[in-house]
Amino acid sequence: MNILTLEDVVKQYDKHTAVDHVSFAVPEGSIFGLLGPNGAGKTSLIRIITTITRADSGKVFLGNEPLNSNHPSQIGYMPEERGLYKKMKVGDHLMYLAQLKGLRKKEAKAAIEVWFEKFDIQDWWNKKVQELSKGMQQKIQFISTVVHGPRLLILDEPFSGLDPINTNIIKDEIDLMHQQGISIIFSTHRMEQVEEICENIVLINKGRNILEGGVKAIKNQFKENLFEIAYVGQLPEINSSQATIVQNNGRELVVRIAEGSSSDALLRFLLDRGIHIRSFREILPSLNEIFIRQVEEKNQQTLVV
Amino acid sequence: MNKLWLIIQREYLTRVRRRSFILATLLTPLAFGLFFVVVYFIFSYEGNDARQIVIVDEGNILNRSISDDKNLYFKFVDTDLQVLLDNFEEMHYEGVVYLPKVHDVMDPNFTIHYYSNNKLTLDLEPRIRERVRKSLYQYKVDQLQLDPKALKALDIKVDIDPHSIKETENETGKLAGQIATIFGFMMGIVMYFTVFIYGMMVMRSVMEEKTSRIVEVMISSVRPFQLMMGKIIGVGAVGLTQVAIWAILIPLILIIVNLAFGIDPQQLEAANPTATQMDPAEAEAMFVQVMAEINRLNWWAMLPLFLLYFLGGYFMYASMFAAVGSAMGDDLGEGQALTLPITIPVLLAFYIMIAVVESPNSSLGVWSSLFPLFSPIVMPARLAFDPPVWQVVLSITFLLATSIFFVWLSGRIYRVGILMYGKKVSMRELGKWLFYRG
Repeated sequence: MNILTLEDVVKQYDKHTAVDHVSFAVPEGSIFGLLGPNGAGKTSLIRIITTITRADSGKVFLGNEPLNSNHPSQIGYMPEERGLYKKMKVGDHLMYLAQLKGLRKKEAKAAIEVWFEKFDIQDWWNKKVQELSKGMQQKIQFISTVVHGPRLLILDEPFSGLDPINTNIIKDEIDLMHQQGISIIFSTHRMEQVEEICENIVLINKGRNILEGGVKAIKNQFKENLFEIAYVGQLPEINSSQATIVQNNGRELVVRIAEGSSSDALLRFLLDRGIHIRSFREILPSLNEIFIRQVEEKNQQTLVV
Repeated sequence: MNKLWLIIQREYLTRVRRRSFILATLLTPLAFGLFFVVVYFIFSYEGNDARQIVIVDEGNILNRSISDDKNLYFKFVDTDLQVLLDNFEEMHYEGVVYLPKVHDVMDPNFTIHYYSNNKLTLDLEPRIRERVRKSLYQYKVDQLQLDPKALKALDIKVDIDPHSIKETENETGKLAGQIATIFGFMMGIVMYFTVFIYGMMVMRSVMEEKTSRIVEVMISSVRPFQLMMGKIIGVGAVGLTQVAIWAILIPLILIIVNLAFGIDPQQLEAANPTATQMDPAEAEAMFVQVMAEINRLNWWAMLPLFLLYFLGGYFMYASMFAAVGSAMGDDLGEGQALTLPITIPVLLAFYIMIAVVESPNSSLGVWSSLFPLFSPIVMPARLAFDPPVWQVVLSITFLLATSIFFVWLSGRIYRVGILMYGKKVSMRELGKWLFYRG
């Protein structure tokens, strides 16, 4: 079951195509990474999903229903550029946003109080937003995104501008919500965060979907058969039909196993020669590398075309 | 609908609770009161020192009697003028008035002389002159042996009593024209200021939402059109609240000032030496007449019409201001080129209104009160002059239709503008936005 399904979505501004026939699906309950360099069309996509704008063509489904005006109450959206009414009191502000998401007054108050307790900020209710520090404002922003209990959470660069402590607090909350079965879309250009958190990703470049799938599957798809071997002893000559040495500093070795050979064969070969192996590990490409390679490749392709 | 109501509530409450709003709403009437008090004291200011003026009356014109005034005392002496002037320093008089004998009773001119070391002040001169003129009048009546009653009959005043030929049952009083002018003018000014002040307020608030980036959070919950309408309605309600409070407080404060200082407009006029003295009875008759005229105006038709014109004009202009605000960044200066097309019609309407109050049924008046960009300011000014019903109906129809059209148009621009950052926007660009798809 997918919480969100995009089918052939197109969005054009003037002559610029921001979203160019994009399709992907977000499995229910997963943490999903929406990746792409700046200006790739991530924000345009998110605006379509959050019903801020409408797609020119294509279909968007939330659950099984085509996206409609009742859905915003089931979505929580934290934009990259955060903003709150500076002169409003924190409590009033959260009440306002929660009620706009369809909560009744009592429900909203109860929900906010739960979050205040969670973050231990009960005395903030009557403070004005402008009296809070930036990090504190981010917390409020986060609460406003989740207070109405959405099925789908969309976080656009959620950690930008947060210090490590607050980053961890928000990260923990995201984990918690993930455990509760809430689906989360994570939009970012910072890959190391995605590797840690996301299960599935879609990579967008120039408005197009260029890569999609589970993080592990993608890493395997792009692996280069690189292995790191820590060893003690005199390294024998390695036949290039077996593997090529990428790097060697006398203690650690990086090799690319040749096609037709296997890591097992290489390991056996080294052990037979009396080398003492301390560790043996496959090097999978980081998403960052895949990301950069894919983006550059596609850009080059479009240049050639 | 529920969301719209929430937005209206927030826009209204945050503004009404703001200290600046409370201060402006309460202090403006106080400032009015203070202004009146100050004006009153300026006009009624008289020197503190009692002044004594000596009168040398050679021909006994004054018959030894002249009324004293506040801080001003007169004294008759028979001393020779030259002696008096020689010893002037020692006697501490303010001045000496010398009245020569009347040589020719038929000569309407009569010169008296005033000797002093101080300048003859503006408040002193008319008081002396008026006293001497009255006494001299009586003196001449006696000398020429004229009949005072006959003289009174010669003091002719001509009144014109206008009658409307069409409507016989509702006779226009003679003051109607003047009162209608004043009312029309006041209504025009109120419309002008409310449209401007509250329209600008909408614009600034839209800009604030855009620059503080709250707008993206908002429109992930509500439609941009709801947000814009909520804001326009909320700010409009703030405007109505403020105007309503002023409409109650300003007269109230004027009454309080009146009671506390005993100021009334007649006295203000009396204190003003250049104003002609008005008989209290006559003034009262005038007051009654004015009230009657005010009552005669068709309030039951006018008040709802005012409200309609206010709403129509406000929605039309405020929505335009909202659209422009959405297109602007945080740079007000950059937006000048965009606000100009809105402010020019408002200003034009204001000047037309001033001209139209003078001649309400001129073709300028008729056409401009039909043209929807001008009618919210011009037509209220004409209402007191009983314009033909078809004109009012047509004007309202045009205004409301245009107003709805502009709200729709602005909504189209607004929904694109609020999400557009870092782009310098031209009028052409705004035009393009109209045709963007949702």
